[in-house]
Amino acid sequence: MRDYRTLKNTHWEARLYAVRIGVAVLAVLIMLGGLVWRYYDLQINRHQDFVTQADNNRIHVRAIPPARGLVFDRNGVLLADNRPGFTLSIVIERSENIDKLLAELDQLLDLDEAEIERFNKFAQQRRPYESVPLRDKLSEQEQSILAVNEYRLDGVEISAQLIRHYPLADQLAHVVGYTGKINERELRILNSKQYAGIHTIGKTGLEKYYETDLLGEVGYEHVETNARGRVMRVLERIDPVPGENLHLYLDSRLQEIAMAALGEERGAVVAIETETGGVLALASTPSFDPNLFVTGISHKNYDALVNSPERPLFDRASRGQYPPGSTVKPVFGLAALDSGIISPSYTVYDPGFYQLDNKKHKYRDWKRGGHGSRIDIHKAIEQSCDTFFYTIGFKAGIDRLHDYGELFGFGVTSGIDLPGEARGIMPSKDWKHGVQGVAWYPGDTVNVSIGQGFMLATPIQLAVATSRLATRGLVKSPRLVIANENSELTDDNEAHDNEVIDNKILQIGSKHWQVITDAMVGVVHNVRGTASRAVTGLDYKMAGKTGTAQVVGIKQNEKYDAKKMVKLQLDHALFIAFAPADNPRIAVAVIVENGEHGSSTAAPVARNLIDAYLQFYPPPEVEESG
Amino acid sequence: MAEFDHQLKEYGRVVHSWGTSRLGVRIDWMLLLLLLTLMATGIAILHSASGQQFVYVKRQLVFMAVGLVAMLIVAQVPPRFLERWAFVLYYIGLALLVGVIFFGVGAKGAQRWLDLGFFRFQPSELLKIGVPLMLSAYMGKRLLPPRFKHVMAALLIIITPAVLVGMQPDLGTGLLIFAAGGFVLFLAGLSLRYLSAALVVALTATPLFWFYLLRDYQKLRIITLLDPQSDKLGAGWNIIQATTAIGAGGLTGKGWLSGTQSQLNFLPESHTDFIIAVLSEEFGFVGVMLLLLLYLLIIMRGIFISLRAQSMFGRLAAGSITLTFFFYIFVNLGMVSGILPIVGIPLPMVSYGGTAIVSLLLGFGVLMAISTERKRMGQ
Repeated sequence: MRDYRTLKNTHWEARLYAVRIGVAVLAVLIMLGGLVWRYYDLQINRHQDFVTQADNNRIHVRAIPPARGLVFDRNGVLLADNRPGFTLSIVIERSENIDKLLAELDQLLDLDEAEIERFNKFAQQRRPYESVPLRDKLSEQEQSILAVNEYRLDGVEISAQLIRHYPLADQLAHVVGYTGKINERELRILNSKQYAGIHTIGKTGLEKYYETDLLGEVGYEHVETNARGRVMRVLERIDPVPGENLHLYLDSRLQEIAMAALGEERGAVVAIETETGGVLALASTPSFDPNLFVTGISHKNYDALVNSPERPLFDRASRGQYPPGSTVKPVFGLAALDSGIISPSYTVYDPGFYQLDNKKHKYRDWKRGGHGSRIDIHKAIEQSCDTFFYTIGFKAGIDRLHDYGELFGFGVTSGIDLPGEARGIMPSKDWKHGVQGVAWYPGDTVNVSIGQGFMLATPIQLAVATSRLATRGLVKSPRLVIANENSELTDDNEAHDNEVIDNKILQIGSKHWQVITDAMVGVVHNVRGTASRAVTGLDYKMAGKTGTAQVVGIKQNEKYDAKKMVKLQLDHALFIAFAPADNPRIAVAVIVENGEHGSSTAAPVARNLIDAYLQFYPPPEVEESG
Repeated sequence: MAEFDHQLKEYGRVVHSWGTSRLGVRIDWMLLLLLLTLMATGIAILHSASGQQFVYVKRQLVFMAVGLVAMLIVAQVPPRFLERWAFVLYYIGLALLVGVIFFGVGAKGAQRWLDLGFFRFQPSELLKIGVPLMLSAYMGKRLLPPRFKHVMAALLIIITPAVLVGMQPDLGTGLLIFAAGGFVLFLAGLSLRYLSAALVVALTATPLFWFYLLRDYQKLRIITLLDPQSDKLGAGWNIIQATTAIGAGGLTGKGWLSGTQSQLNFLPESHTDFIIAVLSEEFGFVGVMLLLLLYLLIIMRGIFISLRAQSMFGRLAAGSITLTFFFYIFVNLGMVSGILPIVGIPLPMVSYGGTAIVSLLLGFGVLMAISTERKRMGQ
């Protein structure tokens, strides 16, 4: 194919160029059209999507945790407060390589496995851009190490946080309880919105029971951040609402006296203000420092607490179930009087044992040789005559004992505002049949009539019963927190002031009450009273009852010899009391595990407490004259 | 950026030493006016895109001043002189490019610069203007449309530097050189047979290209173009953030200095290759259209100049320079908005960077020289 042209034809070439540039211009216009379409599509058609996307880039919602409600005693002494502490947390989205970051932090701060484990757990549950805590309560040294290295630790945040603190430490560990890190199980149940930015939750005691009130409402902050996550400005803020403060009936001075009175013993003390049902002191020993749990307890400390044979974590006051022993005698005596089985003049001869008809088995009185003849109800309570109660208990029958026992709160939860209260056992025929599938034997009744056998009660139940004895039938659920008309506390147990119980107990005749009260005064003030030697020199009248609960069964004809037994096999010592006897204002129940005799170990504890109470809170007329 | 700066200062010195322009300066006033408007717009956007750090604006102004001076100097050179000596420019450029392979210095894994002791120099820039001029001169002397052997020779002229540059690797510049040469061939009347043959060759060569020539990061760019979500925080980040910024602008934009994507640093390379996203976010669709209009006016002026050129060399050179200018715009706007793979091509006169500005203005200098030739002849 030869080209016929041999010379340049400039005009022809100019036209050729014009055509070609024309095509090019057309192409340019088409391509520009393509660009215009693309930008139109992005900027007009899909504008809204991209606005949202751009806002998602820059606007982040940050939760502002509320300050947890404080806990005060009745005099305004702080029992639980919040203290600022520094927490190291990581915003995972802002770290380029989280594993590398953790490795670096490990080098700097020596992380332990539990911390990393916890971190990973939280990390899975977090919302985007939520910071995940790694270590709390940074020391000053740790803070400065982090400050120096901050530039290479992308995503690390050090934030001031409020950390729960219990100023009275072990004194109130079982009452106030403690908060701790939210665990995996709780995390699943919790409303994550309510707990946004909050890493702890009430685990035990009031902290748990009033969790929803103490918690408060989470606040939110919409912040604008740049690409590196630095907050540029706050766009909107909803302030958090601090949790409700709790004001207790409890007096921390009385609590400390109760704790000190128990000393090294294992035991519990419950003191109730009879008029209100308010709990003045609720002690359980041994105790522990709840502050250990707040930011996560170390394995070593936890193992020590859990494995201790003394069981310091166990709240004996609300969960410990003990045979009430002779402390039930006033209640069963009242039952016998009220149901007309006996009269105040009814007497029994006590040879030192009791035998059911046609049975060989001897139910022994604690006093070898017995209390002698003409034992009436007054003496029987005063001297704690077992034979008398074996007799009238058997006469009354277990179901009657059961019914009256329930009136005084045995076998029913007291309704105290604490989680996990034990119920105790107020046995009946139905109960035994239902639980053990065995018929009730007459001998079972005999045992129950002195508070042994199947019967079990918590120290709180004992205090409640004592309070009802003191007030002659005023039924009040024991309360730790003073209800406040300004706030509605979430109190699930409030419904316990049962009207049926109320009416029945009020029908008990006043002369019957008087008989029992007089006998209980005798326990303390009469020379022959079982507590008279332990409690002396009172300037007020106290009504009380000693009790001894068997820990190990004593075989027939075997003598109980304290010297032969190791401490853990010794009897539990119990004492209940109210005072002043003629106008009771305080009811106390004391139990000392393996304390042997109610009179010698438990009674002085109650006495100290009542002394202090009457001193701190003298009756109005005394105040006026003095 | 520092060596770049340095390089440009030296550039300026060299240009100044040529310095004294004659009286009766020859200027295409229309083109100059359009370019100045574009530059002013560019500075305003750059101010916002660089986070209001005046250092970028200041440097950019220096680059523009240097470029303008260079442009006006080139504008005074008679096109015939350019036509005669274009091959020198080309061969020097080529030689330096080969030099880069042996003596070049690099940055970020690319070997692009020649360290001449007193300044650093990027020979590929020389070829951006050298290739179209050389090729225009070559074609201008031939009978058009070009015959097979001339086409082959032209391809050699184009591909040799384009491949050398592309392998540095500087895909963007390689592409620009290739485009500039290709435009000359097309404008010279390259027959449709060759064009379609080229298309076939290109298509069959694509797999070879993919497996043997493209580097991993280049492949990644193409993959991310097709599916930006495949690597949200990595390679796809740029595209996602850029399209977000563009889309968020809407019709009229968020206002100057108020684009959240750019001001809060979500947009990467916001003051260089991705600057159109800043404009889009802050001035919206209207802003983009006005900028495109300004570009279109410049392109039309360039095409007008080429049509009035006195020689085939003039036509081809002016046409090629104008179309290359469009190529910059198209590729840049296309890649930022996510319809083309990301190659490092800046937005002319708006993106921060001295090299592009000076070399673009040199091209406009050639346009002005061609534009004013006719007037001189008429006198």
